[in-house]
Amino acid sequence: MIAALLAEKLDGRGKIFLIFLALLALLVPICNLLVPAGSAFHIGTGTVVLLGKWLCYAMLAVALDLVWGYCGILSLGHGAFFALGGYAMGMYLMRQIGTRGVYGHPVLPDFMVFLNWTELPVAWWGFQNPVYAMFMVLAVPGALAFVFGWFAFRSRVTGVYLSIITQALTYALLLAFFRNDMGFGGNNGLTDFKDIFGFNVQSAGTRMALFLASVAGLVIAFLIARFMVTSTFGKVLVAIRDAESRTRFLGYRVERFKLLVFVVSAMMAGVAGALYVPQVGIINPSEFSPINSIEAVVWVAMGGRGTLVGAALGAGIVNALKTTFTTGALAPYWLFVLGALFVLVTVALPAGILGAAESLIKRMRGSGSPARKPAE
Amino acid sequence: MSISRRRLLGSAVGGAAILHYGRMGAFAQAPTIKIGILHSLSGTMAISETTLKDVMLMLIEEQNKKGGVLGRRLEAVVADPASNWPLFAEKARELIARDKVAATFGCWTSVSRKSVLPVFKELNNILFYPVQYEGEESERNVFYTGAAPNQQAIPAVDYLMSKDGGEVKRWVLAGTDYVYPRTTNKILEAYLKSKGVADADIMINYTPFGHADWQTIVSSIKTFGAAGKKTAVVSTINGDANVPFYKELGNQGIKATDIPVVAFSVGEEELAGIDTKPLVGHLAAWNYFQSVKNPDNDAFIKAWQAFTKNPKRVTNDPMEAHYIGFNMWVKAVEAAKSVDPDAVIKALPGVKAPNLTGGISEMLPNHHITKPVMIGEVREDGQFDVVWQTKDLVPGDAWSKHLDGSKDLIGDWVTRNCGNWNTKTNTCGS
Amino acid sequence: MNHRHTTLRDRARAIAPGLASPALLALAILFLLTCFASLPARAQDYNAALDKFLSDSFPDTEAGIAGVQAVGDPRGVPVIEALLDRRLLVNQAAKAIVYRDRAGATFDARTGEPAAAPDSPTTVRLNNRLRGIAQAALGAMTLLSPDPTRRRQAAEAVFRSRDASALPAIDQALARETLPSVRDALRLARAAIVLTDDATPMADRIAAVDVVSASADRDRIGLLRQVMNRAPAELKPALEAGIAKIENVLKMREIAQTFWFGLSLGSVLLLAAIGLAITFGVMGVINMAHGEMVMIGAYVTFMVQETIRNSAPELFDYSLLISLPLAFFVAGAIGVAIERGIIRFLYGRPLETLLATFGVSLFLQQGVRTIFGPTNREVGAPGFMSGYFEFFGLQITYGRLWIVVFAIFVFAMLLLVLKGTSLGLHMRAVTQNRRMAASMGIRTGFVDAMTFGLGSGIAGIAGVALSQIDNVSPNLGQGYIIDSFMVVVFGGVGNLWGTLVAALSLGVANKLLEPFAGAVLGKILILVLLILFIQKRPRGLFALKGRAVEQ
Repeated sequence: MIAALLAEKLDGRGKIFLIFLALLALLVPICNLLVPAGSAFHIGTGTVVLLGKWLCYAMLAVALDLVWGYCGILSLGHGAFFALGGYAMGMYLMRQIGTRGVYGHPVLPDFMVFLNWTELPVAWWGFQNPVYAMFMVLAVPGALAFVFGWFAFRSRVTGVYLSIITQALTYALLLAFFRNDMGFGGNNGLTDFKDIFGFNVQSAGTRMALFLASVAGLVIAFLIARFMVTSTFGKVLVAIRDAESRTRFLGYRVERFKLLVFVVSAMMAGVAGALYVPQVGIINPSEFSPINSIEAVVWVAMGGRGTLVGAALGAGIVNALKTTFTTGALAPYWLFVLGALFVLVTVALPAGILGAAESLIKRMRGSGSPARKPAE
Repeated sequence: MSISRRRLLGSAVGGAAILHYGRMGAFAQAPTIKIGILHSLSGTMAISETTLKDVMLMLIEEQNKKGGVLGRRLEAVVADPASNWPLFAEKARELIARDKVAATFGCWTSVSRKSVLPVFKELNNILFYPVQYEGEESERNVFYTGAAPNQQAIPAVDYLMSKDGGEVKRWVLAGTDYVYPRTTNKILEAYLKSKGVADADIMINYTPFGHADWQTIVSSIKTFGAAGKKTAVVSTINGDANVPFYKELGNQGIKATDIPVVAFSVGEEELAGIDTKPLVGHLAAWNYFQSVKNPDNDAFIKAWQAFTKNPKRVTNDPMEAHYIGFNMWVKAVEAAKSVDPDAVIKALPGVKAPNLTGGISEMLPNHHITKPVMIGEVREDGQFDVVWQTKDLVPGDAWSKHLDGSKDLIGDWVTRNCGNWNTKTNTCGS
Repeated sequence: MNHRHTTLRDRARAIAPGLASPALLALAILFLLTCFASLPARAQDYNAALDKFLSDSFPDTEAGIAGVQAVGDPRGVPVIEALLDRRLLVNQAAKAIVYRDRAGATFDARTGEPAAAPDSPTTVRLNNRLRGIAQAALGAMTLLSPDPTRRRQAAEAVFRSRDASALPAIDQALARETLPSVRDALRLARAAIVLTDDATPMADRIAAVDVVSASADRDRIGLLRQVMNRAPAELKPALEAGIAKIENVLKMREIAQTFWFGLSLGSVLLLAAIGLAITFGVMGVINMAHGEMVMIGAYVTFMVQETIRNSAPELFDYSLLISLPLAFFVAGAIGVAIERGIIRFLYGRPLETLLATFGVSLFLQQGVRTIFGPTNREVGAPGFMSGYFEFFGLQITYGRLWIVVFAIFVFAMLLLVLKGTSLGLHMRAVTQNRRMAASMGIRTGFVDAMTFGLGSGIAGIAGVALSQIDNVSPNLGQGYIIDSFMVVVFGGVGNLWGTLVAALSLGVANKLLEPFAGAVLGKILILVLLILFIQKRPRGLFALKGRAVEQ
């Protein structure tokens, strides 16, 4: 039955995407754990970590595409939800360190001992409990998105105004988390994690589990997004995107639709952040930096807006380029490559890489229908 | 105009890395030894870190001219972590796991060091960290060649309290709000109080990174200084924020003879971007100044200016730290007759290498080094006059004696194999 | 807190050994002063004092300064000046002491005659303490200078040093002085000496408090507080009254000062945002490369200054003036190129301009980094922008004042261009209704390019001004881009007056919050207020009304 439902909800590219992810989830563990290190097919732990990181970015991109591609809400602050989820996870991981910190304090993380704090701030209470922590991973970004969206959508803040205030939101959070007095580790953030759910964070098995969790996270996020956009609900979203006032005149409570999709998207971003932190081993306020959020928007645009699959693809491509071009002799020039790529894609490939590829395939097949253009 | 020359220079420096890959000389048979260089070449930290990448390229080139190490050529592998902290960890992993570097020289900010630390521990490799920092750390895989707080902050305050320093009675501790200034100011506050300075005579102020509008703060420093007691500012203001801060000081007419500012993060490089005339007499505390007269230093400056093809390029303290660290690594490798990290980590404590100010620095069991402490006064030409310096080299303390949490801790990787040994309980950790 | 005082007393003792009591000390000073006034300088003592400089060690240099001051030889004045400016050269082996004047010519310190510089000279170094002593000595020696500016500076130096040995000279100068401003400075210096010297009769000291508290500034209150720390009981009431009087004035002034700071921050925001008000506000391009245009303007200033330094140093004071048109044209030309090359393909897709211009901004940043290097470049302040002046007791720095003036000027010019020229008319026409404008025969492509060029050019000239207060580095633009967007959105997109009001009110609000909340929390509060404000008025302060705004 599920298969039938999937078959109904998924288009061609969605199917290819899921098959690709399934292959990834199958082959990477085999090549990493079973193939001996000397073999040409062996995948090192470094690559697993890297792939895991990209998958988290892809999840953020899917979340962003859900609000931007289908509902026209260009959020320049989605990095904030990602980072908040990451911090919730980071706080859980910090509490797991226990007496293994350098000062051996049973309750306080090292940076608090270091700055002479004597008791745990209220915000940190309960984070030693994994269930509570995982709840907060969803609840904190969700609550922020709810409050923010409640006000913004009800007052009909739209277009660039909304984009700019989401940017203000993440910028304000950046500054706030940066303050050491907030009790989140200031600029150094949270790091030097030891255990996650009782397993050593650095062991190959845990890394593989986290990688698989990231694949699963991306699949679930994609499916949720897909179900949302293919339902009647999704049709209203698209209507709002294309003509907000008309949709309102038709009797739809536009702000409720927007609020729901915004909150869901923020929670997705939060989960992505939570999966990201144990894999990269650090969470710090620079994740709130507006530049990070803009980069996420760029992934979506580059891959193909309003396609979900394209967003994930864009995240993968840009980050793969970033990794390639920041080592070795090309290191000083990678910003040129990145900058030029953004310009080229927006000018020459308005529908993103995915859109361009699909229209190319269609043209080769001779079906001749023009590539669909997402409206503003 | 100098543009075309600069462009040439830029590509020459950038191209240096390529040259290293291409050149095969007398060492053609033996496999090269790879050295990782992990400094940001783009983003906000590029301003400080690019220089360190270049200095490493120069040191490696010079070592190769001398015959390499263990008869093998050294090869630099440059990575650009782009001032992005998670990217630091990713690049560190890449350098160690993929490029198989023997050691890495890198990082500037504390957060970048914290970010790569788990990677170096997991993959058991060596990091040389060249920047003054807050201390409170001693890791088996990291060698700290910059100053610990007791090698910079406390001597500077001692100087200001002395007769020559102006017998300062009132203190402004101004810093950027991150861990290094927080810790340094915490240590200084405890130290000043132990010297009988009252609470009312200490003003602490924190600002964000890149703070650009200093009018209010400079004005409040002036007000604080108008209490009839000699006042000084101890600045742990970092990076870009310094230029507007000093410009505002100059504009509001705060002269060094009235309220001297002693900075821990302002060196020759930073001053190169400021008109220093109004700043003459303000102070900086470092372990090295370019103006120190010494044959080693002269040779180093000459080599650096030749390498960068710019006769005006300045040298600074973190560059000297890399110089010392690199030479220590070479000596340790030669002593261990291997580049295996475990062997080198074992061989490094006790290794001695000349610094550029006439002394011989030694790697200590806590992985910090001995350094002289100097106070310099800003000159009109952007250099410093050394007005005071310690008689002997000061050993770096990994753990501050002035903080409650760490006063009983020591780092000792030679006899105790432990970075946070508690001398009270005689256990490792807790 | 008597340290400085005892130090000075000690120094006086060193000059006249064996004299311990203040009375004898005064006698000795009187004696020295007589030497200064009547006798021809005693060449032997003068030379002996100069010899102290030879070793370039701080204790010897201190003795040398004291010696030169004690002898009071007028030849000593340029020597001490040279010492202060690092222009005093010695060669210990050759016993040569030579100073260089500002033009670079060298003179023998012993004779004051032109002389060749010694071989391998050492520059005599100072530290802050010695610098203070040397300034005080110079002050005491130039109190009778024919130049009134120097006399006033001398009086100020004595005020700072509170050097009791200068008292007779002050009295002598006061007796002669006719200029009121110099008289005031001398009186203040005299009061400072009298107040800090315990030996003076109480009535004089109380009178001195009145002189000091006659007007209010931080130096005066600093003096009173210093005396307060160890004042005898009789003096305390007068001091307390004096301190309270100054404090009241200072408090009032602080409020005004805060507003000035806010105004000045606001004008920086205005300058940074005003170009964006065109490219984003008028044209609707989400121009992420705006900050880089500002940066390019700053680098143009750097290049102009560099050229001037190398080839025509006398033009340095005009460097900013020369940079303005150049920065406008360079940034403007780059703007036109961006518009023609990229943005014109993206009209009607405003959100995609964000991505393309973000790419451009990365490109420009790294380009500048490759050409000029990643480190800060030095941009100097021309003479008319250095220092500060007092305005009703308010301290106003010239640099900030010029930036405020300049921001208003740029704003006015821009308004004039938009409202008063045919290009401005065309710009408004094209942005309001492109097709209609085209049908009326307006070359919309040309107008688009010019509009974007204008916005970019204005960002460029903002860079010239910002180079005076911020780093000139490849990161310069990033620091302003977010604030600029906030300003434009807060003011209302497409409304220049809105941008003006928004910039100034954000600046003032920021500065009002800063003393209470601190720099970081203040900024966070501003951002939160901004978010709340947009809820209240979703289209900014001055929203465009009518159908044109419906998208």
